[in-house]
Amino acid sequence: MASKRVRFTFEGERVGQPLIYRLGHEFALVTNIRMADVEAGFGWVVLEVEGEADEIERGIAWMEAQGVRVDPVGGDVVEG
Amino acid sequence: MSYATSLVCRECGNDSPLEPINACDYCFGPMEVSYDYDAMRGVVTRESISAGPRSIWRYEALLPVDPEHRIDLQVGFTPLLRADNLARELGMRELWIKNDTMNPTWSFKDRVVAVASSRARQFGFETLACASTGNLANSVAAHAARGGMRAVVFIPHDLEAGKVLGSAIYDPTIVAVNGSYDDVNRLCSELADARHWAFVNINVRPYYAEGSRTLGYEVAEQLGWRNPDQCVVPMASGALFTKIYKGLSEFADLGLIDDSPVRMYGAQAEGCSPIATAHAAGTMNIRPVKPRTIAKSLAIGNPADGYYALKVMQESGGGAVAVPDPEIVAAMKLLAECEGVFAETAGGVTLAALRKGLAEGRIDPEAATVIFITGGGLKTTDAVEGDVSRPIQIEGSLRSFEDAFAAAGG
Repeated sequence: MASKRVRFTFEGERVGQPLIYRLGHEFALVTNIRMADVEAGFGWVVLEVEGEADEIERGIAWMEAQGVRVDPVGGDVVEG
Repeated sequence: MSYATSLVCRECGNDSPLEPINACDYCFGPMEVSYDYDAMRGVVTRESISAGPRSIWRYEALLPVDPEHRIDLQVGFTPLLRADNLARELGMRELWIKNDTMNPTWSFKDRVVAVASSRARQFGFETLACASTGNLANSVAAHAARGGMRAVVFIPHDLEAGKVLGSAIYDPTIVAVNGSYDDVNRLCSELADARHWAFVNINVRPYYAEGSRTLGYEVAEQLGWRNPDQCVVPMASGALFTKIYKGLSEFADLGLIDDSPVRMYGAQAEGCSPIATAHAAGTMNIRPVKPRTIAKSLAIGNPADGYYALKVMQESGGGAVAVPDPEIVAAMKLLAECEGVFAETAGGVTLAALRKGLAEGRIDPEAATVIFITGGGLKTTDAVEGDVSRPIQIEGSLRSFEDAFAAAGG
């Protein structure tokens, strides 16, 4: 089993869609939310995703395909 | 000696020992180094600091590194210049330039990397790593060389050769990653978990960020042990902005300076201004952006400390200013022409933001103001190449010189 800590950013209509629920049901993944902030038309969720490494990659690719931005928890690390 | 005691989560307050971790185990919030300030009171004094070396290590009690592990390139204690010419030009009463172009690898990154690399050595790491397009990589490679450590530097595949040279001279392993900046971000975050390496701004980030506080300490000390009224600071991740404020606040808490208010203004390029945009919209939620600006050293679209920078603006009564690229170039020239300081694009952002803030009445021209110039101009010559004066061409005769010089307005 592997795990990955990620930050999902949702914009527009995606804020109201149960995408994290679907991630946990359509893929063999366990999602564990640790922090979140959601307002009208925008929100972010920090969570841990647990499962087989390949399945995590597939699940994250699916989230991105839904229009969700996926980042490492600590923000950008490429600095000037 | 260092008075660092533990890491504390900035979100939930959970604390843990001083280890190479970045995120809280409970809420995944960022960890920050905590110190025993009570033990410092009366021991850390103006006199004890003044007796220290002319580098960041004069503040050793306030840094999370034991002295025997230091990697010392004599970073910091850079000049604080009174900028009367520029003040006159801008209609200001008292303006100062904190000239951090004078560091060993010509940028403020030496401060953060000096602390991160030293702490990494204290942890027993043998490899320093980072992902960078310039200043950070230069500093990591230099500190690794000085400290006898191995350096691994990740760069985007399309980085210009000139930018790579400033790191390559120190002989690190340079890895060019095919893909977007986001791909490099992800890869390095995963490698930080998979390898026993000290990624300076990932797994040792809590220590790395602490180095920026020394800019606040130095400014207070160099002003004659007092706070400025206003600071204008460039923002990328937002960490530098928050840590300068923290440094000034710590000095006041320790009784080293009076607790007078300091308004903190953050500067960003319009082409990458997620923090300034959130501030203008009155929200604490940062929306990540794709950077499009000549100010590459500030091009962080998803800033880790953006939320905390917004909190500092609220607390200090300051704000944020975003400026377009042409104003950045004009400000680089103005700084050089008025004060003899050649800054990289980030310095242009800072001065342009000051100028705009003054013009909009948001920054007080009567207040004692410090602008932070964080990197040297030779790193970004392409930004000003077409905008600087050209040589007067003459023949090797006095007549030719007199004619051409007169024609040029001499």
